[in-house]
Amino acid sequence: MAQDVLTRVPASASAGAGAPRRRSRGHWTAWAFCAPIVIYLIAFYAYPLYRNLDLSLRDYTVRSFVRGDAPFSGLDNYREVFADPAFGPAFLHTVVFTFVSIAFQFAIGLALAVFFAQSFRLSATLRALFLVPWLLPLIVSASTWAWMLNSDSGIVNAFLGFFGVEPVNWLTSPDWALTSVIIANVWIGIPFNLVVLYSGLQAIPAEVYEAAALDGATGWQRFWRITFPLLRPVSAITLLLGLVYTLKVFDLIWIMTKGGPADASTTFATWSYRFSFGSLLPEFGPGAAVGNLLIIMALFFGLLYIRFQRRLNQ
Amino acid sequence: MCKGNPNMTTFRAAAALALTACLLTGCSTGTGAGTGDGADAAGGEYTIWDPYPQFDGSSDWVKLLTECGTGAGVTVKRTGYDTTDLTNKALLAAQQDNSPDVLIVDNPVVSTLADAGVLTSTDEMKIDTAAVSPNLLAAGQIGGKAYGIPIGANTLALYYNKKILDDAKIDPATIKDWASLTAALQTVKQKGKKGITFSAIGTEEGSFQFLPWFWGSGANLTQLDSAQGVAALDLWTGWLKDGLAPNSVLNNTQTTSWQEFAAGDFAFSENGTWQLANAKKTGFEYGIIPIPSQSGGTAPAPTGGEFVTAPVQSDTARYAVTEKLIACLTNADNALTTDTTLSYIAATDAVQQKQVAENKELTVWVEAVKAAKGRTSDDLGTKYPKISQPLWTAFQAALSGSATPADALKTAQTTAASATK
Repeated sequence: MAQDVLTRVPASASAGAGAPRRRSRGHWTAWAFCAPIVIYLIAFYAYPLYRNLDLSLRDYTVRSFVRGDAPFSGLDNYREVFADPAFGPAFLHTVVFTFVSIAFQFAIGLALAVFFAQSFRLSATLRALFLVPWLLPLIVSASTWAWMLNSDSGIVNAFLGFFGVEPVNWLTSPDWALTSVIIANVWIGIPFNLVVLYSGLQAIPAEVYEAAALDGATGWQRFWRITFPLLRPVSAITLLLGLVYTLKVFDLIWIMTKGGPADASTTFATWSYRFSFGSLLPEFGPGAAVGNLLIIMALFFGLLYIRFQRRLNQ
Repeated sequence: MCKGNPNMTTFRAAAALALTACLLTGCSTGTGAGTGDGADAAGGEYTIWDPYPQFDGSSDWVKLLTECGTGAGVTVKRTGYDTTDLTNKALLAAQQDNSPDVLIVDNPVVSTLADAGVLTSTDEMKIDTAAVSPNLLAAGQIGGKAYGIPIGANTLALYYNKKILDDAKIDPATIKDWASLTAALQTVKQKGKKGITFSAIGTEEGSFQFLPWFWGSGANLTQLDSAQGVAALDLWTGWLKDGLAPNSVLNNTQTTSWQEFAAGDFAFSENGTWQLANAKKTGFEYGIIPIPSQSGGTAPAPTGGEFVTAPVQSDTARYAVTEKLIACLTNADNALTTDTTLSYIAATDAVQQKQVAENKELTVWVEAVKAAKGRTSDDLGTKYPKISQPLWTAFQAALSGSATPADALKTAQTTAASATK
């Protein structure tokens, strides 16, 4: 590299006429360097998105799927999805699932991050152990939760029974199913919030706290006046990523309740899956339409984040 | 000490992480055996897809496939998929004109694939289906044509725990209708044991388990909210309400429902032929009775089991060998081996008789299979999935208490009617 620079400098100084040609070659080189990422983006992002959009705008039956001659049907699939009696509940469940999960994940994650920021004995070890939910494959954690919450032989009901509480049908009652999957999802999401917020806390200079202590700020004041405001950029990205992750949570719900009983815990993600793969007769069109609605929701929050970021920078 | 030595702390954290990670994954380094993709038209290689991933290269099933290939003068490349995965895999392969030569697929899927034009009919492929029991073949027939041949069949019956029934002084032979079954469940409950387990999960599996009761009431899938249909759902919800069946049935697959029964506290379990091998491992004496219908007699249970089908190929010259492969897989001797391996009942009378001669225990199952009915039969074909889904939503709603059986089935009928219009 160094040699390259050395040889090139005198050349460009002496021969000015050769410059445009070299620049155009440089142009191509630049594109060549860009090619891998462009190809990657097209193959793995643009094309699948286009296909999903295409699927949602055509009337796919099993027959036309195989033959590839599905007629264009405009927004019929979307109309069908919106008119479906399952749409309202699924939308509500998606919103409740996402926001309640995020609220608890963030609050508990922040509390733990502040707690661990004090680096006491064994704090690193404990913090590492808190990452366990993150390391577990979802199939393992979701099945474990399903066993624990089993109506008849689950440990949670056994524990409640110890205090004379009537058994709760966690996964099989329409009143509790959504709550149960939210509890499990909160547990899974805490480590992520903990890790990101903890690293955010490390970036806050200790002098600020010292100054606050000299001014006689209480612990509570230090948190609300210093930690919380200075953590705002990190919080924003944590919340945004959490939103996107939680919106599309599918496996956890599917393993624990299959979206049941009778749609009581169906979100857009499980609904979309059930359209496309959940019955003997796949309905790819409506399935793709619901998937696109999810993308739009995620996009909305992404734009919100960008606006927030811009305001923060001003 | 910890505070003063950052290296120590990091090390400890890393060790804790590594240890937990290790414990959780079992520190395994094994990877799944890779499978190549799809058919290679060149050379004498024929592909077979089946839904029996539990069998590996050393199993009788795979050995049979290899032998059949050798007999036809070709090599066989076999891939086992998960059942739920296989339908989509088959559709995608058909879309890419990359279908396997032989596809062994769950019977209610046959009509869907046939409707999509993916399968050849048994007329085109010259497969002899004359010996096959008509009620089994019906699941693969639409518009008067058959699109495959059953490799064997399984169905549902009631397993019972002998000791529990003896203690409660119940003679299983007296259970002939719903009333006597419910009475038996109540007696068992009074003795401090549990009644019956089944699977009422919100998937096709749940519908499969509900159908014997639904059909046993005399109801028809074209009219879900008939008085008979409501009676069948009343039976299930009544059991749950009276504590004769556990609330967990709403989330039970047939496997988890079996595990509950195998734990030894339940008197009855509605389960399939395929659990026979596991029944011997439970450590208690068991027996099997057919599922009773409402007014007495054996209720028609749905047939399970797979069809051997031949997907359409662009190179029709391949059909000749495919015919030989299918004939080999379904001939009497091989069918006996296969059905014994899979713990299925054969699809032909002759082989059924051999099975009973070898193993008396199978008599109940042979009777049950004879009374059984395909889910896609009655010319329902591809309409069945659109009826099954509202049906499972209905029993989930009724069992979880969010709707009465009558209301739940009324909603289901409306949904099904508009979907199958």
